[in-house]
Amino acid sequence: MIVELDGLSRHFVVRRPTGRFRREKRVVRAVDGISFTVAAGECVGYIGANGAGKSTTIKMLTGILVPTSGRVRVTGLEPVRQRRELARRIGVVFGQRSQLWWDLPLAESFRLLAAIHRLEPAVARARLDRCVDLLDLAAFLDTPVRQLSLGQRMRGEVTAALLHAPRLLLLDEPTVGLDIVSKEALRAFLTEERRVAGTTILLTTHDLSDIERLSDRVVVVDSGRVVHTGGLAGLAAAAGVDRVLVVDLAEPAPPLEGVPGTRFLSAEAGGLRQHLALTGSAAAAVAAVSARVELRDLTIAEPDIESVVRRLYHRAAATRPAGS
Amino acid sequence: MTVYAALLRAALAGQAGYRASFALELLGSVLVIGLDFVEVYAVLTQVPELEGLGLAEVALVFALASTGFSLADLVIGQTDRVTDHVRRGTFDVLLLRPLSTLGQLAAADVQLRRLGRLGTALAVLVIALSQVEVDWTPARVGLLVLTPLSGAVIFGSLFVAAGAVSFWLLDGREVGNALTYGSGYLAQWPTGVLGPVLGRFFTFVVPAAFTGYLPALALLGRDDPTGLPGWLPWASPLAALAAAAAAALLWRTGIRHYVGAGG
Ligand SMILES: Nc1ncnc2c1ncn2[C@@H]1O[C@H](COP(=O)(O)OP(=O)(O)O)[C@@H](O)[C@H]1O
Ligand SMILES: [Mg+2]
Repeated sequence: MIVELDGLSRHFVVRRPTGRFRREKRVVRAVDGISFTVAAGECVGYIGANGAGKSTTIKMLTGILVPTSGRVRVTGLEPVRQRRELARRIGVVFGQRSQLWWDLPLAESFRLLAAIHRLEPAVARARLDRCVDLLDLAAFLDTPVRQLSLGQRMRGEVTAALLHAPRLLLLDEPTVGLDIVSKEALRAFLTEERRVAGTTILLTTHDLSDIERLSDRVVVVDSGRVVHTGGLAGLAAAAGVDRVLVVDLAEPAPPLEGVPGTRFLSAEAGGLRQHLALTGSAAAAVAAVSARVELRDLTIAEPDIESVVRRLYHRAAATRPAGS
Repeated sequence: MTVYAALLRAALAGQAGYRASFALELLGSVLVIGLDFVEVYAVLTQVPELEGLGLAEVALVFALASTGFSLADLVIGQTDRVTDHVRRGTFDVLLLRPLSTLGQLAAADVQLRRLGRLGTALAVLVIALSQVEVDWTPARVGLLVLTPLSGAVIFGSLFVAAGAVSFWLLDGREVGNALTYGSGYLAQWPTGVLGPVLGRFFTFVVPAAFTGYLPALALLGRDDPTGLPGWLPWASPLAALAAAAAAALLWRTGIRHYVGAGG
């Protein structure tokens, strides 16, 4: 196992002034007994609402934070005690926190990281050239990092995290705030990286498309606890949240009931726009719809991660034995 | 080592874009220590002796302690930035690299203007040595060379300890600065002027006396008027090792208290 968590918890003590001299102590159970494993070569999506404990977990995996209790092993190492050894084996990207040298050209950051990881110049060059090529970095290699756009910087961060060919890549909200093109470039690159190098990936995100494009499996957390683990196919279904196909028709039509792979939800504008819940593949559904009526336009509304998580959480709460 | 050298070069290259005037910064750094010395000079022109030492001899105390302090300040004074790293959560980044956190801090935030202070301290040392009478023996030469180094280790330990405090107290910077710069200031004077209690405190708890006053006594062949044993000045390297061990322990414990910032 590349990642092993067993009953891992991290509590924070927050002090809030409640009077002139009094301060109230409150314990936040950011991570509250989480167990799961990630096998070599897997890509696992670690998802949950804001404040669910995702970043706190990632920080314990990297040795930044000391667990309050429980066990954690990453590539067989104990993160806090063997932090430096571990840093050679993992790559980490925090969407909110840059690891590049702010005032230096991007290329200089890569040169420094190659020195830090004691890479052979030829090896570093080859890996860098590949990233430059696949992520289209050439145009801004000589630009100081502080002048890069978020999308450019993020591509730089991912390259920086992968330069030393880590066994495990940890991504904490790598696509937050990115435009569609940058998101897509990043997803394609990560898919390619997995295919070529077999890098294990654990990623947190707010974007269900990231999960769908990249991960084999998800672990859903809420309030510091795992509320669901499993394959992707089951995710939206398990939550009872559907993707919705919205079709605009050339002419008003009666409700599109009984289209294979869909369930009719509602119609607007006298049947010009119809909403169908997708129960199967979107492509098959679109084909089936266009066999019946003439399509002018269509969109697919993804369920947002927050509502998926909320539904799963209520499900977990309902099935949990009373009093626990 | 080459890695830290590369980080150092990168830090200097990064600073180059912001530096208004290096010469002005350097001047400021020289002025700080210059004013400290003016104080010593002024006092010793009013009173002939402090704790049995005249102007040139007190200047030797001053120069030895200042050299050690300036060296420590140059190498690891950057720990006063720990507060910012903790507050903003950027300490994360240091922990994600396969390097020592202190080494990275030292390299990344280096301030070359601090060379001004070190240069001035060395100049005062040379002048003071030319004015005092020392019965030079190989042991004394060795002590003269070792003193700024063990002084740097002692003050460096204080800088590290002050930085470590920031992991517990976000507003710990003032306390930390009081500890480091305060000790650096007091070490420039004969320890006896602090009185019996504070004098012992700055000898055995915070070993500031080992950076200037005690080695100066040994070089000059004098006894301590407060009754400290004659071999004690020779124990400076041991005091430095003890301070370094304590600081390392405090730093490691501090890192384990690091909670980062959200996000
Ligand atoms: N350093 C900290 N001090 C106090 N509380 C924290 C700290 N870091 C995180 N928390 C709290 O722990 C919970 C989980 O935070 P986090 O792991 O950042 O969530 P996520 O990444 O899933 O959005 C939140 O309630 C957050 O407020
Ligand atoms: Mg987060």
